[in-house]
Amino acid sequence: MSMFSILEISGSALAAQSQRMNVTASNLANAESVTSPGGGAYRAKQVIFENAAYSAQAVGGVKVSEVVEDSSPMRLEYRPEHPLANDEGYVEMPNVDPVGEMVNMISASRSYQANVEVMNTSKQLLMKTLTLGEGM
Amino acid sequence: MINQLNDALGFHKEVLNLRQQRQQVLAGNIANADTPNFKARDFDFAGELSKAVKSGRPDHAGGHLATTSARHIAVAGSAHPSLHNLQYRIAAQPSMDGNTVEMETERVRFADNAVRHQASLTFLNGYIRSMKTAMQSE
Repeated sequence: MSMFSILEISGSALAAQSQRMNVTASNLANAESVTSPGGGAYRAKQVIFENAAYSAQAVGGVKVSEVVEDSSPMRLEYRPEHPLANDEGYVEMPNVDPVGEMVNMISASRSYQANVEVMNTSKQLLMKTLTLGEGM
Repeated sequence: MINQLNDALGFHKEVLNLRQQRQQVLAGNIANADTPNFKARDFDFAGELSKAVKSGRPDHAGGHLATTSARHIAVAGSAHPSLHNLQYRIAAQPSMDGNTVEMETERVRFADNAVRHQASLTFLNGYIRSMKTAMQSE
């Protein structure tokens, strides 16, 4: 058990939360993208977090196990003049939920801050431990 | 004389070790605040400390040395020394995804642990200072 593994734990959380924020940014940026490389409109993505400990008893950080596509139904908009409109005049729009994404972003940034705080505190304590008995 | 020094510093050594491990457990809880089905954990500090002071650390706590030659001396111990008796925290408001981390509780405990860790370091520093003074020839 290394002295510095606490920094690894918080670091893994920073990486995971920033990936979550990236996915949120991508979702919000593509909230109106009616085409995508896979064909059809853009589908919202969500990250799945997983505990990164080597056993159930051990203490560990967090990692993103996978990024999944949101399976909720696509939004249909009535725009008969649109080139991608179907026979009834509906265009398939992305299933991004902007309000949910904003909430996700706030939650991710709060968690990120909490982990930065943990990291700072631990770093201070480690530095104090390293200089134990010095300067007298 | 050296033995006495070791005895005198030994208690603080165990305290610092346990404080650091607890810090790690709490950091793990905070890191996993958004992980589905993660259960927050902690250990009984006072109990573990009195156990460590009375009977020493468990044998496997020293970690594990790899032997790459027949003449190396093997050291018993697991590659991943387990932390102390970790217990699950009873959550006042568990969330729907099975996660029992409550950010406020964890952060309060983390801050509390950090301050106590700091206090131990200060005590130890003062002790070392007075020892040095006692040993100086003037």
